[in-house]
Amino acid sequence: MDKRFADLAAEGRPALVTYFMGGDPDFETSLAIMKSLPSAGSDVIELGMPFSDPMADGPAIQLAGQRALKAGQTLEKTLELARRFRADDKDTPIVLMGYYNPIYVYGVDRFIENALEAGIDGLIVVDLPPEMDDELCLPALAKGLNFIRLATPTTDDKRLPKVLENTSGFVYYVSMNGITGSALPDPSLVGGAVQRIKAHTRLPVCVGFGVKTPEHARAIGASADGVVVGTAIVNQVASSLNEEGHSTGATVPGVEALVRGLAAGVRGSRLAAAE
Amino acid sequence: MNQTPKLNSFRSGPDEDGRFGIFGGRFVAETLMPLILDLQDEWNKAKTDPAFQAELADLGTHYIGRPSPLYFAERLTAELGGAKIYFKREELNHTGSHKINNCIGQILLAKRMGKTRIIAETGAGQHGVASATVAARFGLPCVVYMGATDVERQAPNVFRMKLLGAEVKPVTAGSGTLKDAMNEALRDWVTNVDSTYYLIGTAAGPHPYPELVREFQSVIGKEAREQILEAEGRLPDLVVAAVGGGSNAIGIFHPFLDDETVKMVGVEAGGKGLDGDEHCASITAGSPGVLHGNRTYLLQDRDGQIKEGHSISAGLDYPGIGPEHSWLSDVGRVEYVPIMDHEALEAFRMLTRLEGIIPALEPSHAIAEVIKRAPKMGKDEIILMNLSGRGDKDIFTVGNILGMGL
Ligand SMILES: Cc1ncc(COP(=O)(O)O)c(C=O)c1O
Repeated sequence: MDKRFADLAAEGRPALVTYFMGGDPDFETSLAIMKSLPSAGSDVIELGMPFSDPMADGPAIQLAGQRALKAGQTLEKTLELARRFRADDKDTPIVLMGYYNPIYVYGVDRFIENALEAGIDGLIVVDLPPEMDDELCLPALAKGLNFIRLATPTTDDKRLPKVLENTSGFVYYVSMNGITGSALPDPSLVGGAVQRIKAHTRLPVCVGFGVKTPEHARAIGASADGVVVGTAIVNQVASSLNEEGHSTGATVPGVEALVRGLAAGVRGSRLAAAE
Repeated sequence: MNQTPKLNSFRSGPDEDGRFGIFGGRFVAETLMPLILDLQDEWNKAKTDPAFQAELADLGTHYIGRPSPLYFAERLTAELGGAKIYFKREELNHTGSHKINNCIGQILLAKRMGKTRIIAETGAGQHGVASATVAARFGLPCVVYMGATDVERQAPNVFRMKLLGAEVKPVTAGSGTLKDAMNEALRDWVTNVDSTYYLIGTAAGPHPYPELVREFQSVIGKEAREQILEAEGRLPDLVVAAVGGGSNAIGIFHPFLDDETVKMVGVEAGGKGLDGDEHCASITAGSPGVLHGNRTYLLQDRDGQIKEGHSISAGLDYPGIGPEHSWLSDVGRVEYVPIMDHEALEAFRMLTRLEGIIPALEPSHAIAEVIKRAPKMGKDEIILMNLSGRGDKDIFTVGNILGMGL
């Protein structure tokens, strides 16, 4: 993961980080989506682990999780998804993103071991703030898994060092106080916030929540080391499904086309900034 | 020589990190973490502030109607033929349940913190009504999240909340019950961090909520302890309370926890039986997990996905339980048992006929346990039960089940 960000920095452009829900709308389709992401221009993949009670997510990601669970997705199968992807792609960093309970019930040590075997590079666990680092963060770091922390507008300068202390890989700046799928805030405010975080860390700072279009990606990418897109991808999947909720011929190509557009946005961002 | 201090108190939790043994903690998104730390600071100050305590006590007396009476249930005792049964009459409080004790305390905290908007979740609607009530009393706007299923089965309370000026937002996500309402309230809170105070209705959630809700509800047990000493000259042998999230139960249990002779039973919703999924017995039939900011016993599947519970009473229909109860169960201080829907219903009818008190369906579960235990105890033994709420809100549900549609 560090290498990926270093390479992109050398290239002079921000990373495109794409989130999708593992197992949505079914295991095989989500594997096909995952496999399509790198060639469509995604630099880092966030693989969503569905949870019955996603407290920090808006309706789009809630529904995606429900579709995945209904299709039989489990944490074990999400790790299997990563393993199958890794068989063909050794380079694209994979970050698992979700909530703690399924990991806790799976067993923390066994989870870390199996995640490493599956080729996972990092973890984002929404409901584990630094106060809870003993649970998963420290054991994961000790075994060489990155632990990526969310920083938010409520994370003030006094608190930032605590949030950054055991963070590795990158810092995920949540662009607003709210849930996933909300509207994008003013990019100039986001830029200021990214600078504030960068004053405290040498880690790359990626920005997410509210980025839906290539224009958003370009605007946010002008000041950040990476742009995270989630809800837009999940919505793209949802809109391609048939009446029974099954995938159609449009599902994977739809996501590919969307990501291609976002990738172009990200690639144009530093040029836009220079103008 | 000095007396050795008592090291093993059951009343010293939580620790600084909000833990009761392995349970509790602060499992929340980063956006909320600074808010929870602010709340903790304010709570630590308020706890020891005489002005805060005085205002709380004054509202307790003149607004809630405290102390609530301790009542000797003479006819129920005679009918069961065993232990003497006393009720702590929380159903006589303003708004009809113990929920108001907590709401008054938390709205005073909200006011101290300069918050201008209140949000709450509700199941049966008792906490929603109590929240709407204190919001009206203090002139703050209030939004109550309520599962769509519960909006239907607790219509009278929905109307009361609206009369009180609250906005009731039905939640259709998940199965539309209490846990989904709590998810939605948390989503509101992360979106409106500056203005909003989240008034949690039970002794659960991230630290410091389990502690502060317990402290506001402990008035029940403190009063009951004095009242029973006055009435009987001694402590009860058994204390019984129904457990949803666990606030009325911890409120009556906590002041007795270090009294070794006092046995305690928490009554969970056994629903239609523990064999299938149609129950809410988190401790009896669940396993430890992390939800809504704390580690506690949860109803969940092997993959850590939370299950939907079932209970005849909307107020017990929650797949978790406050973390302190999980700990009290693990250390063996309190016993937790299930009571089925039909047993609660029979107890509801029995109390209504014998004592002229229509109880809520939640404490009807506790009554059912008392009905089982009292006959097996001696006539010189004493049971204290928390009659946490009145049944006005439930007459439609009961009417439907009894085939007497209203
Ligand atoms: C009267 C009454 N008792 C008990 C409960 C259960 O909550 P808790 O376990 O927090 O006391 C409720 C919840 O709505 C209630 O209305």
